[in-house]
Amino acid sequence: MTKACESATRPRPTENHRPDRRRFLGGAACAGALTLVPGVAFISLAGARSSEQPVSDEHRWGMLIDANKCAEGCDACVRGCVEEHGLWGHDRPETDAQWIRKVTVRDKQTGHVTSLPLMCQHCQYPPCVDVCPTGASFRRADGIVLVDKHTCIGCRYCMMACPYKARSFIHEALDQQKPYAPRGKGTVESCTLCVHRVDAGGERIPACAEACNAEGHRAMLFGDLNDPESELSQSLTQYASEELRADLGLRLGIRYRGL
Amino acid sequence: MERTDYLEIDGSSPIYYALLAVLGLFVMIGLGAAYYMEHHGHHVTGMTNQIVWGTPHIFAVFLIVAASGALNVASIASVFGRAPYKPLSRLSGLLALALLMGGLAILVLDLGRPDRLIVAMTTYNFKSIFAWNIFLYTGFMVIVMVYLWMMMERRMNPYSKPVGLFAFVWRLVLTTGTGSIFGFLVARQAYDAAIMAPMFIVMSFSYGLAIFILVLMVSYWGTGRPLGDALLRRLKNLLGVFVAGVLYFVLAYHLTNLYMTEHHGVERFILTDGGPLTVAFWLGQIIMGSLLPLAVFYHPATGSSRTWIAVGAVLVILGGFAQMYVTIIGGQAYPLVIFPGKEVLSSGFYDGVVAQYAPSLWEMLLGFGGTALAFIIVALAVKLLRFLPASLSDDVVMPEAGLASASDEGAVRATG
Repeated sequence: MTKACESATRPRPTENHRPDRRRFLGGAACAGALTLVPGVAFISLAGARSSEQPVSDEHRWGMLIDANKCAEGCDACVRGCVEEHGLWGHDRPETDAQWIRKVTVRDKQTGHVTSLPLMCQHCQYPPCVDVCPTGASFRRADGIVLVDKHTCIGCRYCMMACPYKARSFIHEALDQQKPYAPRGKGTVESCTLCVHRVDAGGERIPACAEACNAEGHRAMLFGDLNDPESELSQSLTQYASEELRADLGLRLGIRYRGL
Repeated sequence: MERTDYLEIDGSSPIYYALLAVLGLFVMIGLGAAYYMEHHGHHVTGMTNQIVWGTPHIFAVFLIVAASGALNVASIASVFGRAPYKPLSRLSGLLALALLMGGLAILVLDLGRPDRLIVAMTTYNFKSIFAWNIFLYTGFMVIVMVYLWMMMERRMNPYSKPVGLFAFVWRLVLTTGTGSIFGFLVARQAYDAAIMAPMFIVMSFSYGLAIFILVLMVSYWGTGRPLGDALLRRLKNLLGVFVAGVLYFVLAYHLTNLYMTEHHGVERFILTDGGPLTVAFWLGQIIMGSLLPLAVFYHPATGSSRTWIAVGAVLVILGGFAQMYVTIIGGQAYPLVIFPGKEVLSSGFYDGVVAQYAPSLWEMLLGFGGTALAFIIVALAVKLLRFLPASLSDDVVMPEAGLASASDEGAVRATG
């Protein structure tokens, strides 16, 4: 116990006016401090943000997807996402939600075949955010594009506007939802870049990238684009990468290599 | 010109009540369909994550576009000072209001969360053309109501010209906003074009006037009030000009796309390979909605027949629906170009393939319900208030033209 706390809790014979209250306040302050200190220390250790603290543009979260390492026929990233967010469908592929999908493309001239995962590209200038009438589609300061499920009216204009078909409309009632990934019939949703993991801090990366690593492919590298020391930034600086539909000038958070 | 006498319709005939009953039934069925869709979720519709806007949007956008066009008749009278159109102004304003309400009802009831309409009315993102449209649509209703008041209250009549001018400018902005819903979409090959805004304006002239002519003919036939041939012929000629205007914009849009290699894919899809969409384009939009009406309106044998004028107006409306189908469904069915220069071999989410869409009964019923709502508003309003002139015979409306009608317009057959 600190000296201040000792003096606050010890009775002082010379001060007879309201000693109880003073003692109580001192004790409460010490107890509070003792309760908070480990918590604050834990938060700072984990590098997480408290829920009251606004997101800043200090970070810009992004990902590099190396199509050369992405195995054709492997859909570990998709399964990882479905498991993480509880995206159980109704066996109706046209209306079931899809946050990430595998796509295989072939160059029309050279015949080169590429397999890659495709999801919300977390644009710096997202068309979905531009067109949303209520502002339910929004971009956080750290680059993650999300849908506020409380203000989405289900007009689907964002789905019309997204150049990557990254969004899904919830066509029917859902159950077995995950507490950190709330979803609602009649609203639109898409990849959150596992924002619950990002906000929790620590070393946890998005579920798709985690699943890819677990398969040993390591095709999805998540990190902070604003941190020049991050593995992601280092890799992007060293080797060429590209954006999907770079002609649209949307400055994507997701970049590809080996397209 | 003589002062026009406006009278409420009698509205006591069995036909009138039968009309109200049928329209009311469609409105109720439409509400029921909306409830069914909301309760079960949109998976009971034909809409998917590929075709996110379907039949409700075809109806809604058509009605909203037609609404702004229906106001044109009033604008021609107040803004451009054409006296023969003046007696038609009240009906023009009423029809504009009613069509907009019908269209908006469909749009709102198709939302994933129609219960959150209050959110849409209180939380705005002003970069969104949708948010602007909320103001443009509600503003249009208020302005047209004030405009009607200026026209219908004698002491306010002097103000009808400035208010009419304001309403005219507002409706041009409104249709620009509606066209820009598509024009501003950078993602899709068929949209992302500034021409969408002016094209929608000319489309609104055409659809709105076609509906106006039909409502006018039905009202005057139903009430047994005289409707002059010369007046009808004037409206018909104007509609012909608008139809040709739409055709011009459609031509400019497709020729521009055909010039650019980047857009050859979507053009080939709409013009030749799109299956039902290609049929809707050529047979529906071009032949039925444009060429046939032009032939009907300007051929001497048909252009002077009331029946054929009505047929021509119906064709314009059907062609307008075909154009909405091609624009809204076709624009979404053609796959997004996410990987230029590459073809998609496989995808877990229908990339690179043409999306299929078959409207469900529920969507159709919602569309019919909204349309019925628009017409029931008109039917009730003309009984309650003085919207329709007691006579629209040529000697009342355009006495100077009435003399001419004895010679060159004498051929107009009033047999209907």
